[in-house]
Amino acid sequence: MSEQRKAAALISGGLDSMLAAKVIIEQGVHVEGINFFTGFCVEGHTHAIRERDRAKPKRNNSLWVAEQLGIKLHIVDVIEEYKDVLINPKHGYGSNMNPCLDCKIFMVNKAKQWIQENGFDFIITGEVIGQRPMSQRKQTMPIIARESGADDLLLRPLCARNLPETLPEREGWVDRAKLFGFSGRSRKPQMELAQQFGFVDYAQPAGGCCFLTDESYSAKLVDLWQNRGTKDYELDDVMLLKVGRHIRPKSNFKVIVAREEGESRFLEGYKKEFTSLISSSHSGPLALIDGEPTDEDLALAGRIIARYGQGRDAEQVDILVRSQKGLEQTIQVAPFAPEQIAEEWFV
Amino acid sequence: MSRETLNARRLLCPLPVIRTQDRVKRMVAGEQLEVICTDPGVMQDIPAWCRINGHAILETKAEDGEYIIVLEVGE
Ligand code: SF4
Repeated sequence: MSEQRKAAALISGGLDSMLAAKVIIEQGVHVEGINFFTGFCVEGHTHAIRERDRAKPKRNNSLWVAEQLGIKLHIVDVIEEYKDVLINPKHGYGSNMNPCLDCKIFMVNKAKQWIQENGFDFIITGEVIGQRPMSQRKQTMPIIARESGADDLLLRPLCARNLPETLPEREGWVDRAKLFGFSGRSRKPQMELAQQFGFVDYAQPAGGCCFLTDESYSAKLVDLWQNRGTKDYELDDVMLLKVGRHIRPKSNFKVIVAREEGESRFLEGYKKEFTSLISSSHSGPLALIDGEPTDEDLALAGRIIARYGQGRDAEQVDILVRSQKGLEQTIQVAPFAPEQIAEEWFV
Repeated sequence: MSRETLNARRLLCPLPVIRTQDRVKRMVAGEQLEVICTDPGVMQDIPAWCRINGHAILETKAEDGEYIIVLEVGE
């Protein structure tokens, strides 16, 4: 019997990578999944923060996919290395801050390293020509293969028949005749194949696999970079951009106001890293200050957060200001009326 | 039986799963790992990760806003 070949499948949690892996498993190849965690992945996070989402915890789709397929899944933390991809994308951004093409090249490159370290033979992805405007076009397929260094070790089972033969096909590890030639934006062929395999209840993310395709998230990221004067970020920044209302009345600071209980609790965890504000005379949300506020700025921030608490109609509200080091002071402010919070302050 | 503890408090999924995975890699079959988290998502994600990778869940419990999972490393 010939030796069983091994493939590493990039698993995003969506349907396409699930189908691609299944097609290759069906051909008798040993498949294991790899999922890269950039910090921006839609998986997890927000559901753990907001109260209403906490009640019904969501599954992690990539783990779910691996379990459905009966394969192992390796989740790889690439948060640090990903910074360079997002900050300096050679091929630019998509419609928002999503550097999809560079991201794909990066992930396939990481997968290439992984297969070398783990004795696997080739890589598979769920890419389909023409499916996504930026990264999945006919011209970009060879760019990803070449710039990632994976070259013909990269097989895309769902559209392979439209692409030149790869090593696994030439060597007969997989049968090209049993691969597919999907192309275009239609989801129909994938749905049909899913039905054939008996897959139900799979995830169909609308935008893409990460927050960077989201317009309002991207706007907050751009705002952060502009006002810090440097294109950089830490994981905490990435998390905080997903939480609360972000209000920037002046360029030197912004206020992050919790929208509900769960968010207040989450922001609590950052009290050692940020100055925090909360009303002590009325109940209301916790807020963090990102930046270097003056005393005058703190009063302004106090008026903003007073607007979101029970004291919004009171003449005066006490605000407890706590520095990162734990120094506390109470200031009295008059809550802003809704129209006093300028629309352009909302990031 | 030796038991290690992993502090995954304040980490949001999938980070607790990643930290668990990386720790388990350095352990041997039969050893136990207690993971302490604050993200309730781990109650689904860590057991799912264990099922996929052949490790056994010995205990899961929620107390005082913390979620504790004890697993035994498989072969
Ligand atoms: S949507 Fe996000 S994770 Fe997916 S390819 Fe684009 S940048 Fe990468």
